[in-house]
Amino acid sequence: MNASRRLTPLTLYYFGLITLLYLPIALLFLFSVNSSVSLSFPIKQLTFDWYRKLFEADAVLRAARNSLFVALGSSLAATVLGTMVAILMLRYKFRAQNLLVALAVLPLIVPYIVLGVALLILFSILHIDRSLWTIGIAHTVVALPYTLLIIASRLAGFDPSIEEAAMDLGADYPTTLRRVVLPLILPAMISAWLTAFTVSFDEFALALFLSGTQPTFPVYLFSQLRFASRLPIMIALAVLMMIGTLTLVFIAEKVRKSE
Amino acid sequence: MGEGDRRSGGGWGLDRRATFWFIYLPPLLWLGLFFVLPVLLMAAFSFRPDMRGDFLRLWTPTLNQYASLAATGSYWRLLGISALTALGIGISAVVLAYPLAYFLALRAGHRASFYLVLLLVPFWTSYLLRVMAWKILLGTEGVLNSFLTYVGIIQEPLTALLYNRTAVILTLIYVWIPFAALPILAALQRIDTALFEAAADLGARPFRQFTRITLPLSLPGVFAAFFMVFIPTIGEYVTPLLVGGSRGFLYGNIIQDFFTKAANWPFGSALSMIMLAATMILVAIATRLIDLRQLFE
Repeated sequence: MNASRRLTPLTLYYFGLITLLYLPIALLFLFSVNSSVSLSFPIKQLTFDWYRKLFEADAVLRAARNSLFVALGSSLAATVLGTMVAILMLRYKFRAQNLLVALAVLPLIVPYIVLGVALLILFSILHIDRSLWTIGIAHTVVALPYTLLIIASRLAGFDPSIEEAAMDLGADYPTTLRRVVLPLILPAMISAWLTAFTVSFDEFALALFLSGTQPTFPVYLFSQLRFASRLPIMIALAVLMMIGTLTLVFIAEKVRKSE
Repeated sequence: MGEGDRRSGGGWGLDRRATFWFIYLPPLLWLGLFFVLPVLLMAAFSFRPDMRGDFLRLWTPTLNQYASLAATGSYWRLLGISALTALGIGISAVVLAYPLAYFLALRAGHRASFYLVLLLVPFWTSYLLRVMAWKILLGTEGVLNSFLTYVGIIQEPLTALLYNRTAVILTLIYVWIPFAALPILAALQRIDTALFEAAADLGARPFRQFTRITLPLSLPGVFAAFFMVFIPTIGEYVTPLLVGGSRGFLYGNIIQDFFTKAANWPFGSALSMIMLAATMILVAIATRLIDLRQLFE
């Protein structure tokens, strides 16, 4: 379209807002290579020291690794559960069907603070110590609506008669699911898994209530915000994480487009 | 293994009916144990008289928590303020995001998908760090203040930029804009472009085309975007914690306080139940206004 090359007010608005959205991110990049500890102008000297120190800061790396574990575990669980509910929703008819689907989507609208304190009460009553597991459980619950909706929208596009054909040829139903249905919805499952991963990886509101002695990265970051001298290292890590997240997102897009 | 087993392909020869329970029980148990049960326990907790005694021991239900909640006007006022704040943030985010979605859907042409990624990158950046970057920008020794002092516009650093409700509102609008653009974009992309040609053929000017075709047809996306911002914002407690200070607290912060500092879980549960009820009522209204299913297409 020719219009994209003309400088209309709309184009100006778009790129103006984009600039504003990127301003804080640019600041982060800038302060990750600034030699001064204080986060104010003028920039003194460029340095990669913070990145070097980052790889010596055990606590920061441990927190990042914790986030990675929680995100991996909860996104896998949410993808498996989401696939199950999607199959139940579109390939079965049973009495509690609508109820189950509603329950699986409901975490999308329950405020995180409500779910956070509710799970806190549950784990206290059961005498379960707060840990990475309790955070992972909460993240699985909130990621389930996303995985369900992504997978269900792809599964809805396939005719169930493909499965009937497989069963007429002698496959039992688990085999049909494994050999016919799962390969068809695999791209959606990967995209759902990546979405669930990003939902968990950056999540703070639930993790703050449910973390024990082992913090995830956002929880650790929050605890360090008071100590100004630690900030440049955290910012350096954040920049690396942003690059990592972007790579993941680009892979997800490629997978989705290759369908 | 017999001949028949091998033909079944290792699925234990189960038919659809028998397979059902293997697929049904895991999500049912998971949601029952980690979603329904906690909310029920929270509801039960809100009828406890106090924190004393083992949590598992039965107690006589009491309405004391709700009674003292009802008697304290400041909680209701804060709930109202939080709802109004969320309303303002939702409307602002949608209004600011609409031109972005419009540009992407109807003006960006073949580069649209690249521009879309460009818009979404900030959303995939650590939320805490983006908010922290705002603090770098707006703090007393921050970028804006040091710049303004340097230029000579102000002598003393501005302190009104942070730790109040305005800072919370601005930060949240900023955070939500890319997110709000998505459902609007989806709605705009569904519009059949032949409608524009038809309208142009019939002599409709661009502005009239917008008010008579584009806007009405994109309204479901606009409503969806609004509620996708509004609903999580009512329960927000993190942003006030970071940039709001005590003057910028929202209802969610009070709940958090009763579960952490004040350690009065029964009262916190009652506050939390009110929040849940308020959200559910608002969602019920939302589903009256729009078909929520189209959010996810």
